[in-house]
Amino acid sequence: MARLEPSPDEARAARLLRAQEIAWRLAPFVSVGLLIAAWEIVARSGTVTPYLLPSVGTVLARIWDDAVAGDLWINMILTLFRAFAGFAIAAIIGVAVGFAMARSRIANWFFDPLISVGFPMPKIAFLPVIILWLGTFDISKISMVVFETTFPVVTGTLVGIAGVERELIWSARNMGASEREVLRQVVLPAALPQIMTGLQVALPLALIVAVVSEMVMGGYGLGGAMMTAYRFANSAGVFAGIVEIAAVGWVVVKLMALVRRRLLLWHPEALEPSTV
Amino acid sequence: MKSALIRYTPIAIMALAWELIAQLGLVSSSALPPLSKVVIAWVDLLRSGDLFAASAASLYRGASGLALAIAIGAVLGIAMAWWRPANALLGPLVEMFYPMPKSALIPVTVIWLGFGDGSKILLIFLGCMLPVTIGAFNGARGSERVLVWSARSMGASRLRMLWDVVVPSAMPELLNGVRTALALSFILLVSSELIVARQGLGYLIGYLGADGNYESMFAVVLTVAFLGFAADRLYMLLMGRVLAWRD
Repeated sequence: MARLEPSPDEARAARLLRAQEIAWRLAPFVSVGLLIAAWEIVARSGTVTPYLLPSVGTVLARIWDDAVAGDLWINMILTLFRAFAGFAIAAIIGVAVGFAMARSRIANWFFDPLISVGFPMPKIAFLPVIILWLGTFDISKISMVVFETTFPVVTGTLVGIAGVERELIWSARNMGASEREVLRQVVLPAALPQIMTGLQVALPLALIVAVVSEMVMGGYGLGGAMMTAYRFANSAGVFAGIVEIAAVGWVVVKLMALVRRRLLLWHPEALEPSTV
Repeated sequence: MKSALIRYTPIAIMALAWELIAQLGLVSSSALPPLSKVVIAWVDLLRSGDLFAASAASLYRGASGLALAIAIGAVLGIAMAWWRPANALLGPLVEMFYPMPKSALIPVTVIWLGFGDGSKILLIFLGCMLPVTIGAFNGARGSERVLVWSARSMGASRLRMLWDVVVPSAMPELLNGVRTALALSFILLVSSELIVARQGLGYLIGYLGADGNYESMFAVVLTVAFLGFAADRLYMLLMGRVLAWRD
């Protein structure tokens, strides 16, 4: 049977569609490119001083210098260490408190009002108190991160545990699982998506708080380096800091999304396209 | 009434523990002044008008920045869901800047607009816009196909549909995005005032702390914490009203 040749009109329509598809694919590069071009054009046009907006080249050169001198890596590692140390402690405390509240009525009675009042509070206001108590060392920056990020982990854990189907727990008990086994093998995995959501709220907060603490306390770290550059009116250094911190934030958040997908491969949500 | 009393006992216990630890001298009174002295300092601050002036300055900055962020963020998010070119161009930028720790913008907003209100409003606007945009985008994109189809079959114009179908279905997620933005706005407000400002609650905390006036410093810290908490509760109340039409 002879194959039907597409009419010229159909072929043109198909070509047009393919061209459109390619155009949509290219759009991300176009918009990021436009942003960088606009930055460079405004910086070079002389409508603003280089202090207000240094050119892209100056900022990249500054980042390169920092990288070669090694400052960039020291600062980055310090900021990441503070953010992640605080985040890890908050994750452990948050999940533990969430489980304790789900298990014990007394724990629930004690923590519930503290969490519901503490969650919406801007904990960062306590930063001077923390400095007063612990000084301006790593410990105070990490404590600030812990204080700010524990709350979303607790609420995520609570929501997760509350959403576990009763039937799952009953059938596990029926089959002779101990309380411990039920918690570890049924409740924890079933609550994991919500716990991960809580952690995903906490992680960007950890970075924000680490950077702010460094800005207030000074010293090394990406936030501290930015404030030093700002005090010396070195605006290329300030813009370099923004680019560096943005890059760190982007990588960290993407990695967290990957971890989530890996941990929840078994969960139906892994089938849906992820928005992150 | 009685259940509320039982519910909030733990907070009273914490307050009592604070007072006892300070009164018994377990820690030095400069590290933790007794709660009763903090309350007295708070009343003094309120009487002198300092607390009121600082709160007014801070709340003005927070409200202006947040209002801008909500208005522009919501329009951008709905536009991105409604019109593909807007999504193609803005989507990558949103994805690039969303994970950025927004506190990094504090020095640059000061370089651009100085120590006053302008830099804080710009910071809060930039920092709070994207959660609203993403909420509006997800909500509008998730508007039910059936509703859109039936509105179209009944001859609704594109604009009519946007207003009557897409915006209402975007509302719940949009309002959730605004709640995230509200919490962020307090964090950014206080941090930027702690770091560079000549007025406002964050500045007052830093000033009193540097002065060694710890009782007053604790009083202002607690005031900020309470304002953040009250703003969130008020917002939840309002959100319940707005969404009352949904079952």
